[in-house]
Amino acid sequence: MEKTIQNKGPREGLGKEIAGLIKANIRDYMMYIALVVIMLFFTWRTGGSFIQARNLSNLINQAGYVAVLAIGMTLILILKHIDLSVGYVAGFCGAVAAILMTQSGVNEWVAIIVVLAVGLLIGLYQGLLVTRVGVPAFVTTLAGMFMFRGLLNLTLQKTGTIIVPNEKFNALSNGFIPDIPGLDSEFHVLTLLIGIAAVVLMIASQVKARKNKLKYNFEVTSAPVFVFGLIFVSAVIMSIIWVLASYSGLPWTAVIVGVVLLVYNHMLNRTRLGRYIYGIGGNDQAAELSGIDVKKVTLFAFCSMSLLAALAGILYTARLQSATPTAGNGFELDAIASSYIGGTAVSGGIGKVTNAIIGAFVIMSLTNGMNLMGVDVSYQYIVKGIIFIIAVAFDVRTRSKAR
Amino acid sequence: MSDYILEMQQITKEFPGVKALDNVNFQVRRGEIHCLIGENGAGKSTLMKVLSGVYPYGSYTGNIVYNGKVQQFKSIADSEGEGIAIIYQELALVPELSIYENIFFGHEIMKGRTIDWNETIVRAKESLEKVRLHVDPSMKVKNLGVGNQQLVEIAKALSKNVKLLILDEPTASLNEDDSENLLKLIKELKEQGVTCIMISHRLKEIIEIADTITVLRDGSTVCSMDAHKEKVTEADIIRHMVGREIEDIYPKRKKREFGETCLEIKNWTVEDPVKGKEILHDININVKKGEIVGIQGLMGAGRTEFAMSLFGNPTGYKITAGEVFLEGKKVSFKRPKDAIKKGIAYVSEDRKGNGLVLIQDIKYNISIANLEELQEGISLNENEEINIANSFKNSINIKAPSIMQKVVNLSGGNQQKVQLAKWMFVKPKVLILDEPTRGIDVGAKYEIYTLMNKLVEEGMSIIMISSELPEVLGMSDRLYVMSAGKIAGELTAEEADENKVMAMAVRS
Repeated sequence: MEKTIQNKGPREGLGKEIAGLIKANIRDYMMYIALVVIMLFFTWRTGGSFIQARNLSNLINQAGYVAVLAIGMTLILILKHIDLSVGYVAGFCGAVAAILMTQSGVNEWVAIIVVLAVGLLIGLYQGLLVTRVGVPAFVTTLAGMFMFRGLLNLTLQKTGTIIVPNEKFNALSNGFIPDIPGLDSEFHVLTLLIGIAAVVLMIASQVKARKNKLKYNFEVTSAPVFVFGLIFVSAVIMSIIWVLASYSGLPWTAVIVGVVLLVYNHMLNRTRLGRYIYGIGGNDQAAELSGIDVKKVTLFAFCSMSLLAALAGILYTARLQSATPTAGNGFELDAIASSYIGGTAVSGGIGKVTNAIIGAFVIMSLTNGMNLMGVDVSYQYIVKGIIFIIAVAFDVRTRSKAR
Repeated sequence: MSDYILEMQQITKEFPGVKALDNVNFQVRRGEIHCLIGENGAGKSTLMKVLSGVYPYGSYTGNIVYNGKVQQFKSIADSEGEGIAIIYQELALVPELSIYENIFFGHEIMKGRTIDWNETIVRAKESLEKVRLHVDPSMKVKNLGVGNQQLVEIAKALSKNVKLLILDEPTASLNEDDSENLLKLIKELKEQGVTCIMISHRLKEIIEIADTITVLRDGSTVCSMDAHKEKVTEADIIRHMVGREIEDIYPKRKKREFGETCLEIKNWTVEDPVKGKEILHDININVKKGEIVGIQGLMGAGRTEFAMSLFGNPTGYKITAGEVFLEGKKVSFKRPKDAIKKGIAYVSEDRKGNGLVLIQDIKYNISIANLEELQEGISLNENEEINIANSFKNSINIKAPSIMQKVVNLSGGNQQKVQLAKWMFVKPKVLILDEPTRGIDVGAKYEIYTLMNKLVEEGMSIIMISSELPEVLGMSDRLYVMSAGKIAGELTAEEADENKVMAMAVRS
């Protein structure tokens, strides 16, 4: 195939540039458009209660555990593997946390650390099966799905559902960050400050990246488009922050997801490990011959996945303030769908954790909105399935055209 | 004499942003062997795809006149119906099926509603007879060598009653022996009335076989030469292909003294645990500092297996005996990573399959094997990475709009340069090049040879594995000939000639 060279004249209309941008990035934009459309739709159908501060806080708390799972799942999917066990690993880990706090009487911090360690061990076990024994991930984690479902039931067999009375623990998914003491404002000032800091950091990093690109003569968007993009994103961030600040402030869940996101985003984009993950997903043989330890990196991804599943289990247990035998049911489906909706390539090698989070919000907005509307759960599954398949079909088509 | 089986008139084919074919005229006489050549990206494959209906009627302008009629092929099935068959470089056989199933795959012989297997096998045998392949037709295709698989492809085409056979670089992955067989077969087919269009980069075989030679450059026909009317030389073809004279295909190096022995391999013996047999027997070779050592041998002689087993053994062979000494010190590698750390690099023969991450950009592919050097605190220094990638792009002339270009969009020659840049960035002591110029046009080949000379002058040692005999002879300071998993002989550049090497290669 002859290569297609993009000749972009220096003097081109703004409209043309925007049209070109949309065409080139339709895949990414589509996800945001879908999220906005879904949110507008539910706001309309619920008479505005969807967009209210109370419900948005709720949505963030609900989406938290799926978002955490979607981040881990994105790594696994980039590597062309899959992890079906995450749901029941999360359920099992959540139950272990509840048992530790209610029956063994340990404090919440110890419980959290022990549970995360359990997650890590589970990841080690599954990762070793995949990398050293050579059992395909699909089979390994399908078996894991059986086993951890059984373990979850076994853990809760004597007690049934365990109510967790630990307030500090439950605050993880129900509480909000405290405001600066001594201030008696209608608004949550610390939340506002965090929001402003986030916007400033975002703008600073974008400006720096653009300067850098200009320095090396890479193609950049024109100044008006760039500024408009910054203003738009800042406005979105600030309006969400404003809504949250006028209610109870930033939920702890948002802080936890934010930290996980920052760490993983940095890892994937700016470290060797991240490069290796993309390399293995793109061409594992080439990666091996480039001196990458494919097995070690894969093992890491499985450990990270189960660790995050344990974190998701903690968040979910805190959210329900109890551990139940049905916890974890179908989490893996939401996580996988989130990651794919967020643009992770079905053929591996491509994917971003930031977009996976958007995918998680698409999925959880659907759940949340349909719950508000009182849609029967059977229909909810069907709707989610349809949205999911449309997203992936669109992805596959746009990618094949891009080639 | 002007009985044309095919006339392609004023064919123009555009892709977004690029004119791949610009008013191309291409005429093929009935019953001739017509060679089509040009640099990568000159439009040869595009032209053949237009002809075969891969790019359907309507997506190009111009006429295809075949057998006196203007044709409007909408798909490959249409062109096949008219007796046109293409055999691509990447073979299109199903490895897990038998030879006879493959030959009649897609046009099965039916008896009522079921497949007539008896008839199929009988007819498959006839087809195999025509291509002189004497094997059991019930053998699985995966158990055949590349050369024989190619013959099966041709047998498949013959079974469809082909009138015009198109071969896209048929000898690119074959060794000298198999190539010769194939060329002989093409001549025989010509006698039986099959017209043949052959795309090739190997000038020697073109001159040997062609009745007519058409050269494409940058999407246009440069010239069409009748080999019976005028004497066509390699230099003529090269001149037309690149539009300039290339003085010597193999650039000269300064004559120089070599340093100490850099790499020495002793008694290297390797077993393939899957097949359960020894594939390399007691190999002893050495490479001096600043030397290019060629390893020549026929396909299946074990050259790539040797390189891979040495380079950390990623395929999992069993190394039953042998020692490696690097600059006098004994070393052993568990995986490619160890080999790279100690200063050995391997440039794969299969750059798409296991050399490059095609969906990533040039910058990514250049830095991937040496990210340690870019580490800064908890991040990679991306500015430094861009600087390094840009300097390679300029110094070894990677033709691309920028280093952000995805490697999948580059031509073969430029992909190979990206591979070389990747390993140059690692700065190894020994560079193993496996078929460094396979599927690359003459201009890019010259650049790669020049680069090899520069590297050895800077003190690197190079092991060059190649099945192109002229290349090994032209570039090596010293060469080993491998045959059936053994070193059959060692020759210096002065001693070596084609006859000596071939004599060693076939001795087993």
